[in-house]
Amino acid sequence: MTNTQLEIQDLHKSFGALAANDGVTLSVTKGELHAIIGPNGAGKTTLVAQLSGALRPDGGRILFAGRDITGSAQYERARLGLARSFQVTNLFPNNTAIENVILAVQAKAGHAFRFWQAAFQRDEFRSAAMATLRQVGLGDRANRPAKILAHGEQRQLEIAMALASQPSLLLLDEPTAGMSRQESQAMTHLLRALKSSLTILLIEHDMDVVFSLADRITVLVNGRVLATGQPNDIRENKSVQQAYLGDSLIEASR
Amino acid sequence: MPSRIALAFVSIIAIGLPFAAAAGGEDYLIGIATRLMIFALAGISLNLIVGYGGMVSFGHAAFFGIGAYVVAIMSQHALYGDPLLLWPVEISGSESALVVWPLAMAVAALFALVIGAICLRTGGLSFIMITLAFAQMIYFFFTSLSEYGGEDGLSLFQRSSAGPLDLADDTQFYFLTLALVILVLFLQSRLVVSRFGRVLQGIRDNESRMQALGYPTYRYKLTAFVISGSLAGLAGALIANQTEFVSPSFLDWHRSGEFLVIVILGGLGTLFGPVVGAGAYLLLEEFLSQVTEHWMLILGPILVLIVLFAKQGLWGSLSRRMGSHD
Repeated sequence: MTNTQLEIQDLHKSFGALAANDGVTLSVTKGELHAIIGPNGAGKTTLVAQLSGALRPDGGRILFAGRDITGSAQYERARLGLARSFQVTNLFPNNTAIENVILAVQAKAGHAFRFWQAAFQRDEFRSAAMATLRQVGLGDRANRPAKILAHGEQRQLEIAMALASQPSLLLLDEPTAGMSRQESQAMTHLLRALKSSLTILLIEHDMDVVFSLADRITVLVNGRVLATGQPNDIRENKSVQQAYLGDSLIEASR
Repeated sequence: MPSRIALAFVSIIAIGLPFAAAAGGEDYLIGIATRLMIFALAGISLNLIVGYGGMVSFGHAAFFGIGAYVVAIMSQHALYGDPLLLWPVEISGSESALVVWPLAMAVAALFALVIGAICLRTGGLSFIMITLAFAQMIYFFFTSLSEYGGEDGLSLFQRSSAGPLDLADDTQFYFLTLALVILVLFLQSRLVVSRFGRVLQGIRDNESRMQALGYPTYRYKLTAFVISGSLAGLAGALIANQTEFVSPSFLDWHRSGEFLVIVILGGLGTLFGPVVGAGAYLLLEEFLSQVTEHWMLILGPILVLIVLFAKQGLWGSLSRRMGSHD
């Protein structure tokens, strides 16, 4: 178990008659980049919401580094080292890029019941935030308000905020959503650089991104795990091809 | 720089006003200015949660009124020499500002803690309604508290005693109020850029994101709510001293609405907004009510126009035009 960062056991979540997650079981090994793919309505968003703590499962368990976090609040999970990025850009638009990251940095630095010293001017916060911004390639955008950044840059900032908390698992919810081809390539590049030092759970529908990055892939269909395996196995898995991927997989495999 | 000049200008007026008023034989102006500052203080306290924290409380007068009642009740017990409480500890009345004003803040803070702990389980419209409901409960509690005047309210025999200061003197009371407002403004200017302040504004802008970053947002909001309540309690202690009278109308929901108007008028989430808002609101009320008894008819449209055309409030728009970030 020590090698398992995240263990999802038989997770169930229904909305009325619709079973969005119908017994999802999968595990993420330390150090791997594990991708989750699946057609629309497969239950990816529901799964992310339960992992981050926004939704409570109807049944099943979530273990994080061996610890049961099924009932933990969002902030507790973040504190334990489960950081997430959002599918829809979710920033503090009126703050500058570096201020956005500082909010993430100081979340890691213990409680913030400090009422006196100015937060955004603290050297230790600024330098940590700046280092993270450089890491994602936003070093020269530090003092721009988040709202005037280009879409791709906002997505990079999302990643920077998740990174700034020095997580032990990075949960990335469609990081290339809405990106141009060029931006998407830049993001792939960034994720490749990150995966050597981090455990990443990647929810993504861009097959190029997934197959070029993932160590293992889990395919979700109709709220269930259809298959888990290395990219080659998934590519050649007949039921995966039939159930979901079809043309796009065959294309990606070429 | 223009904001520096404006600040210097305001300082000169604030310091010179009592002397000018006394010299001109218009002593009542000192009282108006004091009242204005007390309302500014209440506005500042409300602005902390509404403007910086995004929690629209419609029950803020409760804490204001509680602060006022603490002063009045303690004063009555001091006057008659009968203890307020015999068990578990004996508490006797007091007229010392050093005792009673902090007590007013503490009691208001305690109420804010209990009320906030419940109300902050909700958000948005429910939060507005439930804060209003609590304030009304406290209003009716004081209405039925016949021991302390009930609906008719309670008069103070005299103002609080404050060491070498003679608060019965309007000028001295004015300057003490001014000093307190400046102190609170200074503390708040630190607070809003501190780690706590940044977290609070982060919660206002995007609470779920703050939770995802690892902040237990509820605790931060509750802390802000309690700080805000205690400052409103201080404003209440001051108003009780100024008018030397308290009544349930101090914590009526109209009063809560007035505080919200002051904050919105001046500019939500700006440091000086509530001061400007209190000034504009009370001066309009003062002069319009001299013109006609239906002054609300004139005030209403003016407020609508200001809210429509100065979206950041009076101070928000003004400071923006002057290019200062406050």
